[in-house]
Amino acid sequence: MAAAGRYGLEPQFTLSEEILRDRQICVTDCYQCAKCSAGCPLTFAMDRLPHEIIRLAGLGQTDLVLGSSTIWVCSACETCTTRCPNDIDIAGVMDYLKERAVRSGRPVPQPQVLAFHRAFLENIRLAGGRLHEPLLLGLYMLKSGQGLRRLQTGEIKADLRLGLKMFQKGRLGLKPPRRLLQLEALVKLWHQPKS
Amino acid sequence: MKVSYYPGCSLEHSARDYQESISAVVALLNLALEEIPDWNCCGATAAHSIDEHLALTLAARNLIQAETLGQDVVVPCALCFNRLKVAEHTLVQRPAALPEMAYQGAIKIWDLLDYLTQPPLLDQIQAKIVRPLRGLRTVCYYGCVVARPPKITQRPDYENPTNMDTLVKRLGGNPYPWSYKTDCCGAGFTISRPDIIDTLVQKLYDRALEAEAECIVVSCQMCQANLDIPQERISQKTGKSYYLPILYFTELIGLALGHPEVTTWLSRHFVNPLPLLQRRGLL
Repeated sequence: MAAAGRYGLEPQFTLSEEILRDRQICVTDCYQCAKCSAGCPLTFAMDRLPHEIIRLAGLGQTDLVLGSSTIWVCSACETCTTRCPNDIDIAGVMDYLKERAVRSGRPVPQPQVLAFHRAFLENIRLAGGRLHEPLLLGLYMLKSGQGLRRLQTGEIKADLRLGLKMFQKGRLGLKPPRRLLQLEALVKLWHQPKS
Repeated sequence: MKVSYYPGCSLEHSARDYQESISAVVALLNLALEEIPDWNCCGATAAHSIDEHLALTLAARNLIQAETLGQDVVVPCALCFNRLKVAEHTLVQRPAALPEMAYQGAIKIWDLLDYLTQPPLLDQIQAKIVRPLRGLRTVCYYGCVVARPPKITQRPDYENPTNMDTLVKRLGGNPYPWSYKTDCCGAGFTISRPDIIDTLVQKLYDRALEAEAECIVVSCQMCQANLDIPQERISQKTGKSYYLPILYFTELIGLALGHPEVTTWLSRHFVNPLPLLQRRGLL
């Protein structure tokens, strides 16, 4: 126990029990075969491998898993979830941890990814229920700070060239999508108290 | 034959070529796609990443409308399809998770490729071929979430789907075997982490070329955009000159069935398929 304490690995099960309660996923079923990590196409961009995230979650290492880039660069391709011999929905755990990290208000190690998700959801609300692609890009550029950065570095020229080409090819519609007939009920969702 | 249709947001604009080819092909097959009138965005990766309740509710709202219409629903986008299937699974297995939404589960949610490759429709397509694809060398790229996870998608062949290969073969093309049919292209990171895309997509190009394909056939508009639009950038970055047109399976059906508007759809692509198709005597 002394050694475990020295490495900060005194297990505690609050996190795994909360994952089980909220998402019906049992991370402590993991026996570390690492099949998830072996099949994951995104490991090159991760700071911890998927099976490490599952083990750390099982041990209650909340700060380590919520502060990891891995949960944000997971693309949710579901290969891990599909192949897990213990039927652990690993991609579902990644989603749970992302949502929890956002709600905890802690700094996110992949702010651009979070800014994109936020811009996307804000876009659906603003556009009346459907996505408006040019608005999404605009919101993302503003929210992520990438707009200003790309303006400063001159990369914005390439963005504009791409936008123009998409427009010429008829793949960039400036016209906003039709607003939903029953928008009220939908918009309410954005303001629901978070559990 | 009539069926409900959930187009998803991008088919209205950035995937206009997909929508145009779908509309044309279903008309040739005497199918009527009836758009769910008040459909909303499925929430995509953003919603399921940071707000599960919102993600489920957005998708469920579409399903409930579809069920009211009383017909199966067809979905052309892999991710929309997946999100609707997740909502279906939740509404049927754990109705308490969304107590305000009532859904019986009486309709079937179809991926468009699965729908159009049902045996009777395949026979109908084959009977109408006027311009066989002359052995066009392809690899079929199914993308990730239309097949996975099987618990949600209910697909038996999730590691090695074959229905697009069968279709291409019936159209007269030559679908080559490769191991990357359902590997992820990372489309969700197109905007926020393009560096990730470059690595994932370059791998797909290299493996497609290794399989001796001269084009990639897709059934998802995010895969299409993600393999088509950055091809020039990836070529410049890596010093290789990739030329792999990214074709929708519906465009190939339209081509083989001699639809007059094929070149309009193809003109919307970034990697111009015309040189390849002309070289092959298909245009």
